[in-house]
Amino acid sequence: MTAIEVTRDAPEPVTRTTKAAVSATAVPRAKNRRKIRPGKVVISLLGIAAALVWVFPVYWMIISAFTPNARLQSTNPSFFPTSATWSGFTNVISGSGFVGALRMSLAITVLTVLVVIIWATLAALAISRFKFKGRKSFLLAVLFIQMLPAEGLFLAQYQMLSKAQLVNTIWGVSIIYIAAIIPFTVWMLRGFVAGVPAELEEAAMVDGLTRSKAFFKITFPLLAPGLIASGVYAFLQAWNEFTVALIALPARDAQTLPIWLRSFLADSANKGIDWSQVMAASTLIAIPVIIFFLIVQGRMTSGLVSGAVKG
Amino acid sequence: MTDTIAPSAAHVPPDTTAQQPQRRQEPSGKKRRGKLVPYLLLTPAILGLLAGLGYPLYWQFTTAFKEYGLRQAFGAPAEWVWFDNFTKILTDDAVWAVVVRSLAFCLVNALLTVAIGLALALLMRAVSAPIRITIQIAMLLAWAMPMVASVTVFKWLFNYRTGLVNWVLVKLGMDQFENYSWFSSPWTFFLVATMIVVWMSVPFVALSLYAGLTSVPDEIVEAARIDGASSTQILWRILVPMIKSVLSIVLLLQIIWDLRVFGQINLLQQQGAPVGSTNLFGNFIYEVGVGRGDFGTAAAVSLFVLALTMLISWPYVRSLMKEEENS
Repeated sequence: MTAIEVTRDAPEPVTRTTKAAVSATAVPRAKNRRKIRPGKVVISLLGIAAALVWVFPVYWMIISAFTPNARLQSTNPSFFPTSATWSGFTNVISGSGFVGALRMSLAITVLTVLVVIIWATLAALAISRFKFKGRKSFLLAVLFIQMLPAEGLFLAQYQMLSKAQLVNTIWGVSIIYIAAIIPFTVWMLRGFVAGVPAELEEAAMVDGLTRSKAFFKITFPLLAPGLIASGVYAFLQAWNEFTVALIALPARDAQTLPIWLRSFLADSANKGIDWSQVMAASTLIAIPVIIFFLIVQGRMTSGLVSGAVKG
Repeated sequence: MTDTIAPSAAHVPPDTTAQQPQRRQEPSGKKRRGKLVPYLLLTPAILGLLAGLGYPLYWQFTTAFKEYGLRQAFGAPAEWVWFDNFTKILTDDAVWAVVVRSLAFCLVNALLTVAIGLALALLMRAVSAPIRITIQIAMLLAWAMPMVASVTVFKWLFNYRTGLVNWVLVKLGMDQFENYSWFSSPWTFFLVATMIVVWMSVPFVALSLYAGLTSVPDEIVEAARIDGASSTQILWRILVPMIKSVLSIVLLLQIIWDLRVFGQINLLQQQGAPVGSTNLFGNFIYEVGVGRGDFGTAAAVSLFVLALTMLISWPYVRSLMKEEENS
């Protein structure tokens, strides 16, 4: 929720409309208080149906993960957990590759997030605290780079990594992720830095702090929500990334979780897929994402202009 | 990094009141600070961008004009063939099929997503608060799902033997769906792919448009109703025009995102789909480059995709830059 507070400082007008939206919904609408009409019932039913359609695949994933595979293979599906079991999860975790892929995903994600946050904060400081030659061109470049699709570049990136002997390494993929994620985080943090008045920092310097101390004591704590939001964004991007990981991490023991899940499914296709394990694995991959996503959901739903959370 | 800034602190004059008005006008312009400081701050980010994107872009641009196959990848010198790769792809029917298929898939999915998203946003506006919050939670959950997990769930739902969809259809009396294989013919393959892409993308659109709709003052709608406007008139004459800017940005982003549907197709193709007739841009580049080792051709197609994306992105980038200048 704090994320919403801070976006107040972001300059995007669309973000502002969302703010109006938040306060508008807080006021109960008079027409909702009227007596029940048949049209209203139909609309309510439609609303419930829409909610069901969007929640059902998530529900089905979790339910299947907790159902024994033998039950999943039977002719009649069970819509409710009749014989819940953890065996799908334990089999996946003790099975081949999951823990290794998890380690790989974590290493790449942590490295990417840390580097992105530091480098992007420095760049955001430069953009919103200084006027300098090339500032506008840098911003323009950042915006354009943000739109470059990995699908049009992954072959070249693979070639580069292969020349540098960085295929199948944490460093190789991380370099590419960092370059892909930095533009948007710079753009996002720029708004947050601009929201912390330079006067605060300067007042602290008048009171005898050095510039770096003033930054770390005054600006940095105020930037924290922005850093968290962009850190979560970087996490989601790196954790979910598929295209580059598929081509730059071909070795079995170098796979990240999404690529591991892909080959886990392909490997078991011949001997019959254990859908209970597959759904348990999907659930395990999705859980951290859903948690982090809900933390910053204010930012995600209001950060419309951001080019937000997509591939 | 911060140490390099520190010395300049000594030069800040203690008289802040005198500085105040000037600073208001120009918060970022402080001439006393070293001129190099902003560039030093930008250096790591720029180096990262050059390493991760700059060099690949350069390689791609040059390789598109070279003969670059497996032999060259293993060290043979790549010869400049200039536009040979481009004439080759322009005269290749398979490439044109991919172009048409990708653009059609992109447009159909983007329009469908925005249409359904708008409908759901209007629905959220019409229902009572508890139902609206239920819809919002469902949307957030679906939005948060990682792509790989979503596609995997849909594969399970559409599994030919034990999938839920076939079971429901058979129960409804459509016996031809007994063991029906959705992924083996291109049409049903893209039907399922569309369902996945739309399911994944609608939450962003619906929630953004709903946020836009709530900023339309109730008084305006109420006034129009009193003046005798019908619901359709209110929708097309008041609500849609008032969220036009959000609507166009969302549509633009959706088109850009739907051009780069690679993972979803790649994962679905695993189910024994005919690769040749289900490839979209990314998958075609992957097949030509990684599969056949024809990097020259793949780089030429990639350049085309990049150019197309940049072209479509231009209005979006321009609107963002305008906001930046106004702020």
